[in-house]
Amino acid sequence: MSRLTDERVKTAQEIIGRFPRKKSALIPLLHLAQEQDGHVAQDAMVHIAELLDLAPAEVYGTASFYEMFKFHPVGKYCINICTNISCQLVGAWNLLHHAEERLGIKSGGTTDDGLFSIEDVECIAACTEAPALQVNYRYRYKVTPGAFDEMITDLENGKLSPEVPPYGTLATVRQETTAAWSNRGSEAQAQVDAR
Amino acid sequence: MSVPTGPRIITSRFDVADGHTYAGYVRTGGYASLRKAVSSMTPQQVHDEVNAAEIQGRGGAGFLAGTKWGFLPADVHPRYLVINGDESEPGTYKDRMLMELDPHQLIEGIVIACYALNAAQAFLYVRGEMALAQERLAQALNDAYANNLVGKNICGGNFSVDVTLTWGAGAYIVGEETALIESLEGERGMPRLKPPFHPAVKGLYMQPTIVNNVETLANVPYIVGKGGSEFKSLGAPTSTGMRMFAVSGHVNKPGVFEVPNGVTTFRMLFEAPEYCGGVRNGGKVKAFIPSVSAMWFFPEHLDMALDKPTVDKAGSMLGAGGFVVMDETTDTVAACWRIVRFFARESCGKCTPCREGTTWLERVLKRMLDGHGRPEDIDLLLEVSESISPGIAWPPRQTTICPLGPSAVSPIASAVRRFRHEFAHYIEHGRPIDGVESPFHAHAASHA
Repeated sequence: MSRLTDERVKTAQEIIGRFPRKKSALIPLLHLAQEQDGHVAQDAMVHIAELLDLAPAEVYGTASFYEMFKFHPVGKYCINICTNISCQLVGAWNLLHHAEERLGIKSGGTTDDGLFSIEDVECIAACTEAPALQVNYRYRYKVTPGAFDEMITDLENGKLSPEVPPYGTLATVRQETTAAWSNRGSEAQAQVDAR
Repeated sequence: MSVPTGPRIITSRFDVADGHTYAGYVRTGGYASLRKAVSSMTPQQVHDEVNAAEIQGRGGAGFLAGTKWGFLPADVHPRYLVINGDESEPGTYKDRMLMELDPHQLIEGIVIACYALNAAQAFLYVRGEMALAQERLAQALNDAYANNLVGKNICGGNFSVDVTLTWGAGAYIVGEETALIESLEGERGMPRLKPPFHPAVKGLYMQPTIVNNVETLANVPYIVGKGGSEFKSLGAPTSTGMRMFAVSGHVNKPGVFEVPNGVTTFRMLFEAPEYCGGVRNGGKVKAFIPSVSAMWFFPEHLDMALDKPTVDKAGSMLGAGGFVVMDETTDTVAACWRIVRFFARESCGKCTPCREGTTWLERVLKRMLDGHGRPEDIDLLLEVSESISPGIAWPPRQTTICPLGPSAVSPIASAVRRFRHEFAHYIEHGRPIDGVESPFHAHAASHA
């Protein structure tokens, strides 16, 4: 799979309808592609270009700026360990090294079974709960080596599946379709004039 | 130590189990201010209340929100409100709480702001990494639409506005307002040159645009409900209202607190039992970071009030309200390196002094940590800093389009000036001075 499925194309059209200009839907559509495949596949970028009347290079040009988009398969669970200042002050590097040893990979790597990736990341806005990490962008606070190991076991056993969907899925609730009325320019203007 | 107190305004629902739901929000008085605004006030009257509140923007620059709103040129439509929920500054941690724990309060603030601004469309841009905030806001928006609080003919009146929820994909620089607009247009998040691209004049799609921070707008329902003068009376005349501050690092109880603005001091926040309860292990403050983009502060600054003009005058800034406390065991060189690595990684690459300069700084500090520092390296740090921001002054002079690069210079300059001997010790001995802990411990040889 890599082009967007029919169902996702429908979602994509709804998202496009919420913006005055098509290209504004580019980042949301890249997230849709990543949700589908776990990374942003090349064919998906070509498909997105078609949907938005862009050249594929424009799609890649934007996508490659942003850290969260991956262009090759990564672990089903990406564990992002914050090592920024607040976390560094209370043991983030020990946590990172523990994680590397536990999983047998270095930061930036993926386990052979394709289950886990680790990254040493910038601030994730959980500074008062340091050291903190995110697994597929779900938070874990004040993580000790023991708590880390427990989390890995739980992920392996599928115990955390309900709260941690596979990499690529962010919000599990979507904004419902309301064709943005304000994009119907004259109607919006008439209302402003009336006031 | 007695601390000034005030009502919890924007954090009032943080302890309410269902405070993030529509039912919980309405039960606790939610959406009353929106109804009041659209049924009994003109847009100008709403704007007047925000002016009277004298609320400073909570995103970092601290510009008066009401004044910013006034920059929109009259009668140019369409015009947009963009909400900056791209909180990524190290140490800063409050917008995420507001979005996760009280999403309706933010939505109410957004709709009221759009009413005051005569804007028919708002874009709520959340940081990509904040899945729960995105989810809570999506649910809240769906409920608000279903209850006629967003969308067409709000509360049965003739005001309509759409709020489009969207999010980024990992880039600190997108928190800069013009970069955020670029990102919203589907581009790489690189800042625009101001002038001419002041958002209020040439913003999203080259139309007039107001970009407001999450915390700023979350205060709007209170300001409209109770009146701007009531809000103003809660803080100092020069820094009004209540304000959220996050304190992390070497304190006993790190946390996020809503405190009277402008009158509470750093010491109260760090030491009072109702806040952080002092430095860990009974230790002392070596230095603290009032904003990671700014000059560090030291023990002699502890009794300073959290008041914008006071802190500005002392040569730093409150920024987005994220403070990091470092006790006397802190490895200054490692702390500087980690902060600079952040700026080097997050530089968008558009301007040479920032792209090259932050990378140089990072490499020089890294080789000190690795035991390969050279005697000339301290001066080299200052020389590269000087090239990024001539004079290494506060506020930093800019050689770049946005403040990111020059921001990296301030922490290094303040640390080198104060703790030069620690850098020299690293260069000479390849390790920190006695009594200081390397954050890399046994792994010093293999880290990053």
